[in-house]
Amino acid sequence: MKILVCISNVPDTTTKITFTDNNTQFNTNGVQFILNPYDEIALSRAIELTEGGKGSVTVINVGEANTEPTIRKALAIGADDAVRINAKPHDAWFVAYQISQYVKQNPFDLILTGRESIDYNGSKVAGMLGELLDIPSVSIIKKLDVDGDKGTVEREIEGGKEVLAIPFPFVAGAAEGVAEPKIPNMRGIMSARTKPLNVVEAAEIKNNSEILSYETPAPRGQVKLVAANEAEKLIGLLHTEAKVI
Amino acid sequence: MSVLIYTENAEGKFKKSTFEAISYARAIADQTNTNLVAISIGDVADDQLNLIGKYGADKVLTVSNAQLKNFVNQAYASVIASAAKKESADVVVLSNSFSGRGLAPRIGVKLEAGVADGAVALPETTGDKFTVKKTAFSGKAFATVQLTSPNKVIALVPNSYHVIEKPAAGIIEAFSAETKESDFKAMVKEIVRSTDKVSLPDAEIVVSGGRGLKGPENWGMIEELADLLGAATACSKPVSDAGWRPHSEHVGQTGIAVSPNLYIAIGISGAIQHLAGISSSKVIVAINKDPEAPIFKVADYGIVGDAFEVVPQLIAAVKEYKASA
Repeated sequence: MKILVCISNVPDTTTKITFTDNNTQFNTNGVQFILNPYDEIALSRAIELTEGGKGSVTVINVGEANTEPTIRKALAIGADDAVRINAKPHDAWFVAYQISQYVKQNPFDLILTGRESIDYNGSKVAGMLGELLDIPSVSIIKKLDVDGDKGTVEREIEGGKEVLAIPFPFVAGAAEGVAEPKIPNMRGIMSARTKPLNVVEAAEIKNNSEILSYETPAPRGQVKLVAANEAEKLIGLLHTEAKVI
Repeated sequence: MSVLIYTENAEGKFKKSTFEAISYARAIADQTNTNLVAISIGDVADDQLNLIGKYGADKVLTVSNAQLKNFVNQAYASVIASAAKKESADVVVLSNSFSGRGLAPRIGVKLEAGVADGAVALPETTGDKFTVKKTAFSGKAFATVQLTSPNKVIALVPNSYHVIEKPAAGIIEAFSAETKESDFKAMVKEIVRSTDKVSLPDAEIVVSGGRGLKGPENWGMIEELADLLGAATACSKPVSDAGWRPHSEHVGQTGIAVSPNLYIAIGISGAIQHLAGISSSKVIVAINKDPEAPIFKVADYGIVGDAFEVVPQLIAAVKEYKASA
């Protein structure tokens, strides 16, 4: 079983988000970049599924050379090899297209992504990749098991879950519950340095979206405090002033 | 040209988020002087279908057959894209629900359309410019994205647009969709829905508990308060990581981002990752014994006090309020 895990390089979850150039650029100054937490879950599950000689895990990233520490982290966690498509990841369409071109040349049984990247939150690469390769895609999964040449996934739906059986190959976006994130051990970190990382040039495509500007949420006003023994006053305020109950 | 709205249903019924998306799509159609066509897939009774016209659809296409009874991502995307082609729709709107997030990218590729997921406001359409405000950085920011392709797909975040009644013809018409065999490779084995609970992404009120509640055995009062308010229950990351509550309740940067009218945070200190997930809430109430807790920086109302004393009082106050209302 050959598994491909698509990974992205994102700002650490504790990052305070600010912008520069008249709010048109994300301010990366002093920002620590990490392996997208959902991709880490996908990768951890891929490693579990292939442990004991049951297959191999390749990670793929669309990014410039500055994403290599994150790719090496994925190798340290346990991926067998890595591919970097050398381009700035313009948007989900660009990323999905580049990965689809690679997969058409190098087929995989199972392709995993995170449910979304924590920077642009699009949840789009999995579905676009599925469409480009004409294979099934599941956007947000909470559980993934493999049996022979098919997978069983549990998908989140509003107020419940849906269980699906899907023959290989397919694409799925992993969310919490799929696996506990693995922490690299010393052997992993040492071996990551020598594992293959192939750099591939990107194909040219026409973009269909551009981010023009950013803004941060409007600041909230001062908190209105109610004394601990006056709960009924709070309910009153929520009813008459905030009008939410 | 026209605008196409996919009206998602859950077991044959439309949810509030679907009506929000219809109202939103109607506003885009008005803005661009065109018609609004809806597409409904699966078994939906006429009384439900008639509601689509009430919120502004000129025409309602329906597709129903045994194969399409349950949601199949690939097949539904094919149906919606073929409806868009038939109706010459250049804008396709759907709800940014779990299913919508699976459909939008596939439809985008089929229609060679730019996709604006996580939309929180009406697009600006001046001249040939088409821009949409969407969530970014997991609730820590918004991005204005320009869709530069002739076709566009927009997925609207629940609770970010009002339901507006705007009766239109809403003529119901059967639609025979083009699907292919390979669209049906994924087989639904089981669907589990807890119908007695409010679903978190759709909820108008959310009652959320954190580590301050000390253990899963203390969630009874959270559930009681939520039940009384018709709210969904939620939790912070440490709580779901500890296994006190399921991951599906985790609100925050790496969990679910919510946008309810009222978010009540109980025993949650307000780490930056949690605040990201609740930043779109209209009103935030914080209950925490630490007056310095960061949650009070974003809260509109707060009580500094012990959750174990305050929550039972709140429950009593809500009961009293409901009895008098």
